[in-house]
Amino acid sequence: MAVYKRTYAAYQGSFTPAWSRFMILPRYSFARLWQSKFLVMFFMASFFYPLGCVGYIYLSNNLSILSSFGLPAPAGNFLKVDSSLFLYFCWVQGAFAYLLTAFIGPSLVSPDLVNGAMPLYLCRPFSRAEYIVGKMSVLMFLLSQVTWIPGLILFAIQASLAGWEWTMANAWIAGALVVGMLVWIIVLSLIALALSAWVKWKIAAGGLVLGVFFAGAGFGTALNNVMRTQYGTLLNLTQVMYTIWSQLFRVGPTDGISARSAWICLGVVCTICLWMLVKRVRAFEVVK
Amino acid sequence: MDHPVIELAGLSVRFGNRDILQDLRVSLTGRTIGLLGPNGAGKSTLIQTLLGFVPLSGGSASIFGHDIRQQTRELRALVGYMPENDAFIANLTAVSFIRMMGELAGLPPEAALERAHEVLFYVGLGEARYRLLGTYSLGMKQLAKLAQAIVHGPRLLILDEPTNGLDPPARIRMIRLIKEMKDTGSMHIVLCSHLLRDVEETCEEVLILKKGRIVHYSNLEEERRANKRFVELETVGEEKDFTGALTAMGCECVAAGFGRIKAVLPPDFELREIYRLAAARDLQLRRLNYRRDSLEDIFLKAMET
Repeated sequence: MAVYKRTYAAYQGSFTPAWSRFMILPRYSFARLWQSKFLVMFFMASFFYPLGCVGYIYLSNNLSILSSFGLPAPAGNFLKVDSSLFLYFCWVQGAFAYLLTAFIGPSLVSPDLVNGAMPLYLCRPFSRAEYIVGKMSVLMFLLSQVTWIPGLILFAIQASLAGWEWTMANAWIAGALVVGMLVWIIVLSLIALALSAWVKWKIAAGGLVLGVFFAGAGFGTALNNVMRTQYGTLLNLTQVMYTIWSQLFRVGPTDGISARSAWICLGVVCTICLWMLVKRVRAFEVVK
Repeated sequence: MDHPVIELAGLSVRFGNRDILQDLRVSLTGRTIGLLGPNGAGKSTLIQTLLGFVPLSGGSASIFGHDIRQQTRELRALVGYMPENDAFIANLTAVSFIRMMGELAGLPPEAALERAHEVLFYVGLGEARYRLLGTYSLGMKQLAKLAQAIVHGPRLLILDEPTNGLDPPARIRMIRLIKEMKDTGSMHIVLCSHLLRDVEETCEEVLILKKGRIVHYSNLEEERRANKRFVELETVGEEKDFTGALTAMGCECVAAGFGRIKAVLPPDFELREIYRLAAARDLQLRRLNYRRDSLEDIFLKAMET
C-alpha cells in the first residue's frame, strides 16, 4: 500500500519465527539506552580495570621487562596469575555490573507498567515469559560485556602467554569465571526487574536496587551482632556472592556462611524475584 | 467451513467470590459487532478474556474457531487490540512504537517499518510520526493506539471504547476510520462502547451486557427493518377525515385530542403521503415528528429486563 493512498490494506507478507521475537525488546532498549552519555562513559570506565589486568598479566609473563627499566625482579608470589586474580576481577567487575544494573534496570519494566503498555505486548503472539526474558536479556548482554567476556579474554591472554601446560591445569578457572559471573548477572537482573515492576517510579526503583544490597548488608551485620549468629550474612547479598565465587575459584573458606547456604540463599532470592515479576507483569491490573 | 467470528459457550469469569461474567452463550458472525452495556457490565472483561488475559472459570470461547484457552498464540496473531486506557511505550517516536508493535506481531523489521509509516498516514498521524508519543494529545494517542492495533493486518480488530475522551471532530474521524476499515472487507471489528451512537453508526450486530449477563443480542439491520415507524402529528383543522384517509392507507391511527395524532406507519409508506393527504383536506400540519425504534430504545428495553 502506498503511503499517499491512505487506505487500509491487510498485511500479506511473511512472518518471523516466534522463538526470535524476544530479541526485539533488547534491540529497541539498546537503541534507547545508548542515547545516554552517562551510560556510555560509565560503560567505558568499566573496562579500565580489565585493561589494567591485561598489563598485569603481560608483566607477570615478561618479568625481564622490569630489569630493562632498572627495576629488581620481584620475589615470591608477586605478579602471580592464579585464581585469586580472577576472583578479584569478579569482585571489581561485579561491582561495576551492580552499578550498571542500578542505572539501567529500573528503566526496563517500570515505564511499561506506568504507561499501561503491558496489554499492547501481551495481546500479540508474545508471552509474559518472552517479555521477561527479553527485558532480562538487555541486562544479560550488557553485563556480560563487562564481566565474563573480558574475564575470558584475560584468561585467553594468560593462556597464550603462559602456554598449554598452564592452560590445561587452570581451565577450570574459565568455567568458574563464566558460572560465577552468570549467576551474579542473573541475580542482579532479576532483582532489578522485580523491583522496577513493583516500584513504578524509576528513580525510586533505582534507589531500591542500591538499597537492597546496602541495607541488607547493614541489617545482616546488625543481626549477626545482636543475635550472635552468622545467618545475618545471608542478608548481605554481596557477601553471599563472594562466598560462592570463593568456592568456585577454590580460594580458602570465607568467614560466616557456608557455600551451600549461599547457593540456597541465592535460589530463594531468585524465586522471590520471579514470583514478584509474575505477579506484576500481566495485561491487566487487579484492583482489590 | 466458516467459523463464527466469536463463539461463547457458557463463558464465565469470576474474580474472587464475585461473578463478573456468567454463562455467556452466543455466536457472533457479523462484520462489525457492537458490545454495549452500562459501566461495570463486563464488556472490557469479556474482551480481556477473549484475548486470554483473564482466566475462565467456566465454559469456553473461540475466535474464528480457535479455542481461547488452547490456541492463545495463534489467536493473538489474528487479533488487533486497542485498549481503553492510555497505553504506549515511553520515549519512543510514533513510528518506532508502531514498528516495534508490528515486529512483536511477527512482521520482519523492514516490513514493520513500512507498515508503520502506512498506518500512521492512514490514521492521520503522518505529519506527527516522528514525535515522541509522550508529547501527543489524547486524541492523537487514541489514533496511535488504533495504528498499533492494525499494523499487522489483523482479521479481528477489537476496539475498547475507541472514542473515549475525544472531542467531536476527533470522534467523527475515529468513526469514519472504523467504517472505512469495515468497508475494506478484510477485517471484522468488535466495538466495545457505552456510547450508543458509536455502535449505532458502525455496527451490524449488537450484544448488550448487563451485570455480566447477555440481556440482548440482535442484528441491528434486521431490527431496524422489523421495527415499526411512527409519526406524531399536531394538526389544526378537521382531522377525522384525515385520520380516516391514513387508516385507509394502512396506518394505525390514534387521536389524542386537540389535533394530536399518533400513527404507526406500514412498511413502504412514504412520508410525503401525509403532506398530500393534509393538503387535499386543507389541514394545517403544525408538527410532524417521525421516529423509529432506535438502538436507544433497544438498549433501554434490554436494561429493563
